[in-house]
Amino acid sequence: MIALSTTSTRSPLRAPAPTRERPQRRRGWRSDEGFVRLLGALAFVFVLVLPFINASPYVISIMTSALIYVMLALGLNVVVGYAGLLDLGYIAFFAVGAYTSGILTTHFGWPMLFAVPGVIVACIVAGIIIGGPTLRLRSDYLAIVTLGFGEIIRLTANNLEITGGPSGIHGIPSWSFFGWDFADGVTVGGIFFNGKIVFYYFVALIVGAVGVVVVSRLARGKMGRAWKAVRDDEDAAEAMGINTYVTKITAYIIGAVWAGLAGQLMGTHLTAISPNSFQFLYSALILMAVVLGGMGSTPGVIIGALFVSLAPEFLREFSEWRFLLFGVLLVVTMIFRPSGIWPATAVLPWSKDKHVDDDDTDNDQDPRVVSREGFEKDAGAEGAADLLSGREGKGR
Amino acid sequence: MSQIILNGLFVGSFYALIALGYSMVYGIIKLLNFAHGDVYMIGAFVGFVTLTSFGGLTAAATVPTLILLILVAMIFTGLLGVGIERVAYRPLRTSPRLAVLITAVGMSFTLEYAVRQIFGPSPKAYPVRLSGGSLDLFGARVSTAQLALMGVAALLMVVLAFYVNKTREGRAMRAIALDPQASTLMGINVNGVIARVFFIGSALAGAAGVMAGAYYGSIDFLMGFVIGLKAFTAAVIGGIGNLYGAMLGGLTLGLLESFGSAWLGGEWRDVFSFACLILFLSFKPTGLLGARVVERM
Repeated sequence: MIALSTTSTRSPLRAPAPTRERPQRRRGWRSDEGFVRLLGALAFVFVLVLPFINASPYVISIMTSALIYVMLALGLNVVVGYAGLLDLGYIAFFAVGAYTSGILTTHFGWPMLFAVPGVIVACIVAGIIIGGPTLRLRSDYLAIVTLGFGEIIRLTANNLEITGGPSGIHGIPSWSFFGWDFADGVTVGGIFFNGKIVFYYFVALIVGAVGVVVVSRLARGKMGRAWKAVRDDEDAAEAMGINTYVTKITAYIIGAVWAGLAGQLMGTHLTAISPNSFQFLYSALILMAVVLGGMGSTPGVIIGALFVSLAPEFLREFSEWRFLLFGVLLVVTMIFRPSGIWPATAVLPWSKDKHVDDDDTDNDQDPRVVSREGFEKDAGAEGAADLLSGREGKGR
Repeated sequence: MSQIILNGLFVGSFYALIALGYSMVYGIIKLLNFAHGDVYMIGAFVGFVTLTSFGGLTAAATVPTLILLILVAMIFTGLLGVGIERVAYRPLRTSPRLAVLITAVGMSFTLEYAVRQIFGPSPKAYPVRLSGGSLDLFGARVSTAQLALMGVAALLMVVLAFYVNKTREGRAMRAIALDPQASTLMGINVNGVIARVFFIGSALAGAAGVMAGAYYGSIDFLMGFVIGLKAFTAAVIGGIGNLYGAMLGGLTLGLLESFGSAWLGGEWRDVFSFACLILFLSFKPTGLLGARVVERM
């Protein structure tokens, strides 16, 4: 106890200052983060402007579904991309959310907004039931248990009375806030927005503001770094003092709640849900969105989700063949480009050439070399340092 | 009561045949082969194609014809299994586990939807139906076809057990399961043995596919999905990686399921068996016969 109290009064550990001046990081829109932010802002503006370009019910409807897919893929990205847990029954949580909100609003007459806590609680409980026992085991057990869980949820929904059996629940109401219902529509600046468009904006706001921003910031925080550490090497992470079990189950439950909320939105969007909308096929589609786009990469996952959800709309003849193609693509991606279309560690083409005044610019760019110099100064073991850096290339 | 037990044993022998393939592959390269259930489905379709292209055989649909069909399907699916391993799994043998699992899911998807594109989405009626008399066994009705199928399944398992335990190749398999690197040093052709394991496992699944097609009378491109999950459950119940465990697990799951559906009703059968999987993983993850798994870094 005494030792603990003395350490806590000391100043926190700091990294040693660099041994020589490092080049400035690129700023503005041409930097790695800035470019992604710019693209994100442009995409968000496009999403907002779209109803002014084409407000046909068909376009609004497929764009709303596509945005919900993006939300699902962002949630699965937390589980698969950051924490490295393969969840093959992700659509089950989507179903839990859709059914919980559907039952609460149609059978019990709750407003949609009040169903949100119900959905969150239901998803947390489901996540603990599935994740609790299996996350202590090897990660491949989780994959198959989640697969089984997906089937359990679908069959249960199919068999129970309260879930409406095979025909499901219909007549799910829209959202309403303080007496104003989405279905009423709204007039802003002389332009009338009907209920579908209002709902589209609502989904876009949730996905864009809450989804993209929160998830990508979560990944950069302490929790996100713990997830990535567990994904890369569970034993090493444990040795570094990370409680791997708590870390994994947190990722799993955050993913579950996320999918549940997406399910609630989907239930409102379609106004009817049935067990057939929650087959394994859809879990696999979302997994494909994450894998093809790039595991752990927010822009990649968004591109993947848009591709998976919009491709059949653009290529009608292709929709027959798409599942076969997606299956082949999964295998090919894993063999030839495991990091996806837009990898999490993507470097923009113009960021590769660095402009610095220093002579040996290449060395300065490489943090490994800097650390090697520090090592040489401290230990004076040049041979050992060379050996270490020589092994770098072979590691994973 | 004895009817329930008999039905359970019959379904369980199917599960055991498929679980063997899962368990062998898992034991040797620690890979969950998600495509295994689809290999079973392909086996059923190979039998279907063989029968329809030799239409004359259907008239004399007897047990010898069925055994011939099973052999054809076994050879085809065995080669398919080797091909899958060569194309999809071997390039990723040193990759992180997540990549291999995703590839396996992709492979399963590819097989399912390739069959869907060729044969169409609607179920196909199997051209051979096992008919024949039935007899009473301890108060339960059992058809001769059921007995024949159980006999074939048992025979295949006995041959497999002999092969793995008594022959030189079987010894190589067990050595690789213990330590692949040391086996390489001892001069074992590791790639060859892994290919052989895939051949045997897939061939057993193909045999089960033909048997299921002949028994249930209808096949479709998604028939392997649920059965693959069930076979995995069986492998876990018995202790994954253990040969006898897979057999025991298959029979146990068949019995559990049979009692479960008698008790809760048929529509809850699958829910019940997956719930069993989750319970087993919570309380006895090593299964009935599995040894304590030491995680290697």
